[in-house]
Amino acid sequence: MAKTIEEINEKIKKGEVVVLNAEEIIDYAAKNGIKKTAKDIDVVTTATFGPMCSTGAFLNFGHSDPPIRMTKVWLNDVPAYAGIAAVDAYIGATELSETEDMKYGGAFVIEELIDGKPVKLRATSYGTDCYPRKEIETYITLDSINNAFLFNPRNTYQNYAAATNSSNKTIYTYMGKLLPNFGNVTYSSAGQLSPLLNDPYYRTIGIGTKIFIGGAQGFIAWHGTQHNPGRERAPNGTPIGPAGTLALIGDLKKMSTEYIRAAVFFNYGITMYVGVGIPIPVIDEEMVEFLKISDEYIYTEIYDYSIQRRSKLSYGRINYKQLRSGSIILNGKRVATGGLSSYFKATEIAEVLKNLIKEGNFYLTNPVAGIPAEEKVNVLDVLSRDEL
Amino acid sequence: MISKRIVLTFPEKIVTKPITYKLVKEYDLQFNILRAEITADIEGKALIEIKGSKEKVEAGLKYLEKEGVTIQDASKDIIIDKEKCISCGVCPSLCITSALFLDKNSYELIFDKDKCILCGFCENSCPVNAIKLKI
Repeated sequence: MAKTIEEINEKIKKGEVVVLNAEEIIDYAAKNGIKKTAKDIDVVTTATFGPMCSTGAFLNFGHSDPPIRMTKVWLNDVPAYAGIAAVDAYIGATELSETEDMKYGGAFVIEELIDGKPVKLRATSYGTDCYPRKEIETYITLDSINNAFLFNPRNTYQNYAAATNSSNKTIYTYMGKLLPNFGNVTYSSAGQLSPLLNDPYYRTIGIGTKIFIGGAQGFIAWHGTQHNPGRERAPNGTPIGPAGTLALIGDLKKMSTEYIRAAVFFNYGITMYVGVGIPIPVIDEEMVEFLKISDEYIYTEIYDYSIQRRSKLSYGRINYKQLRSGSIILNGKRVATGGLSSYFKATEIAEVLKNLIKEGNFYLTNPVAGIPAEEKVNVLDVLSRDEL
Repeated sequence: MISKRIVLTFPEKIVTKPITYKLVKEYDLQFNILRAEITADIEGKALIEIKGSKEKVEAGLKYLEKEGVTIQDASKDIIIDKEKCISCGVCPSLCITSALFLDKNSYELIFDKDKCILCGFCENSCPVNAIKLKI
């Protein structure tokens, strides 16, 4: 029997809702069968806590007196994009400090704002009749400014590649430190807990879906950049490698650095760990088929990151159970593995979201529009105008 | 007889010179290479344990310095800041002795100090700067 979001919300209201996290549902479905699981369980919570470079926040500082139309903005000496209205700016997570280089950047500014710390705002302008001020230097906090919302153009990747290094030197990448001669393998997915791997065809997750983001409640705003649902899929529906993505939005003023953290990948740059939890309503038996997926049946491909090209050599496919075990056999040799995405924190977020729903503090939403099931991903070629 | 754990850094120009060989031959030192690598900037790095009489160890180290080798005492301690740690799996993938690993059930990071050989490979790998090496 199919369940609607309204019915599930009614159960939340009455305190009767039954929620499991995406790890617990695996055993529950194995023991009780699909039919009973679909009947018994109302919601499954999924989560991820991984480095998401495509992170940033829109800020509105309020107007100074005399006012300024900010054209260049720095926050703690990190440039923010100010090519929008007078006192609006976008601070991107990966933007580097102009004074501290790779030790500090946009993600740290966002973190300090969330922690309530004062941040130095510097802005310049050409001055207009209506905005005469040409420069300003002051301090702001998250409370003192008008608006602050996280807007991430690409998050919650539906699977991702694994990385290794065939060269004879250590390389530093966005997949972490990769030791020479296949010295280690890194990967970045919450696997069986990951939101889009539990709803691989976007049956319940869509635009307008309410989510947990960075400790606050937020929403799915759009499908994410580089959304690539056409990726080759396993018979269970999960893509083998990076596929779908989501654009997310959430109120920075309600976030906690327990669930969103600045990070540095040495010799690569700055990024931000963003904790995201997405509830999946158990609308029917087919949904249980997707939700019961375990790490053993989710595969990705291992690529050689020492190849400095768009296409990298593959060293074969591997499942997340093997990757999460701590080592795999690669080229006949035992190689240590490590995830960039924290499964420990993802579990914690799935639990937090589960409790929010059980306590009646988080209701489910029907999406207002779907995530595209088909989308072409383009590449950037260097062309003259005539060749285009 | 004394024993010392040190990290040797060989600059690019002497990486191929048989320097450690001389330590055995001319300074009568025993040494055990615990870890060695050529880093991205083509420096050689080796964690060695060196054994011999106090005078010979000192003379041997002096010889190494003269040849352009940088000598560092092996890190005395590695501290994991549990407040900062997010239990990702980056450092376990770099730890050859599996002193850093994720608990099989909770996936929380565990540091087994007894297994650590203080090689320092985990240095700079922590995205949230939770690993501190004390030299």
